[in-house]
Amino acid sequence: MIITATEKEKKDYGELVKSVTPNSHIFKDCIKAFVSGGIICIAGQFITDICKNNGLSETDAGLVCSIILILASVILTGAGIYNKLGKFCGAGTIVPITGFANSVSSPAVEFKKEGLVFGIGAKMFAVAGPVIVYGTLSSFIVGLIYYF
Amino acid sequence: MDKRIGEQTVIFERPPVIISTASIAGEKEGDGPLKDYFDIITDDKNGRTSWEKAESKFMEDAIYKAVNKSGFSMTDMDYILAGDLLNQTAASIFGAREFKRPFLGLYGACSTMGEALGLGAMLVDGGFAKKVVASASSHFCSAERQFRFPLGLGTQRPLSSTWTVTGCGAAVISNEGIGPKIVSITTGKMVDMGVKDANNMGAAMAPAAADTIKEHLKARGKKISDFDVVATGDLGFTGLKLAKSLLENDGIATDGIFTDCGVEIFDRQRQDTHGGGSGCACSAITFCGYFYKLLMERKINNMLLVPTGALMSLTSSQQGETIPGIAHAVEIDMR
Repeated sequence: MIITATEKEKKDYGELVKSVTPNSHIFKDCIKAFVSGGIICIAGQFITDICKNNGLSETDAGLVCSIILILASVILTGAGIYNKLGKFCGAGTIVPITGFANSVSSPAVEFKKEGLVFGIGAKMFAVAGPVIVYGTLSSFIVGLIYYF
Repeated sequence: MDKRIGEQTVIFERPPVIISTASIAGEKEGDGPLKDYFDIITDDKNGRTSWEKAESKFMEDAIYKAVNKSGFSMTDMDYILAGDLLNQTAASIFGAREFKRPFLGLYGACSTMGEALGLGAMLVDGGFAKKVVASASSHFCSAERQFRFPLGLGTQRPLSSTWTVTGCGAAVISNEGIGPKIVSITTGKMVDMGVKDANNMGAAMAPAAADTIKEHLKARGKKISDFDVVATGDLGFTGLKLAKSLLENDGIATDGIFTDCGVEIFDRQRQDTHGGGSGCACSAITFCGYFYKLLMERKINNMLLVPTGALMSLTSSQQGETIPGIAHAVEIDMR
């Protein structure tokens, strides 16, 4: 005798699961993300303004700002601090450029044991890879639209 | 005497005895409510250079310690039955490598300890072995990196997700000796209720746990209240609630004695594990550490241990497969 649940049983169970499973605290998480993401952006603006006040052009100041934020994120990832920040801040630390740096550096740290080629080299973009692929694709499409 | 009763249940003619156990726990488990019951508490690297090597060392040390405590030597062990969560059950392979004993590698996801105890008892009662070691391990860090994301990635875990227990439990099952006896087992069948969320494993496994418990009670003609403890493996808070409500729908009252190793092992308020504990080691060290000692001290006389497993792989999940659950019941009696 093969026992499989009927579609109705599965649906009823799905409802039961939904009623019992705890949900994330969306409102609280949004506030945390807004504040922490905002702080990172303010820090970025602060760095940019300092650079501009010291004679760098708008473009160069932006570049220096990105480099500093990425460096800070990579150092915090290596020190095992960024994941703790990420746990608290959620999207606040994922969305800015620091989140992207974390998603590249964390696999690099994690897969170091498998060697330079198959570990760090092959796994470094395991998390960030899709962002690069679809980022490139969408900028290509937007570029086409802009051109015509 | 017919040893097979019912659809899935086996009753032993000369119930095999669990003559010794050993449990090794990681830092977080060693800081939890059961910390006084574990034999060894160590840091998560366990003196090794990688999480996987640390887990193998857990396995090696737990088996060695269990055999040592039994008063027998490794050469007396007719089989080693061991499993874990890593691909190709790597922790068990490299953990048992040096022992040079007949080895059977098992995979039952987090239900592995139930599978190992059940098979071990059948080998012993069948007369194919006098003594066997049953062992299962898991490691939070090696599991995270295999099934989810690198540890350093700054993400939030959903509230329904459970925390993989770091550690290893091992038990020596013998044809004679002093200790709690494995009276009967019910081998679970896969139950798939269409759950796809890998962050809600408790929901995937709860129907299997309820199914196996019902089947075991039916075959043995018993009630839940005939046991001092009924403990599932790693349903966690969400899964335990679901399993209780499924059993209660079938008219089986679960108040008081029905619990889950994943609920027992961590402090919910203080340890921030969200859904509770999970992984092979969850039921393995909770049984080998906590419940075994309660049985030996006769604080409880009998129990039904029901390790639960979510049968999935990263590939199956990514290809849209649902997660079948499984649960194996092991009836253990001290009287």
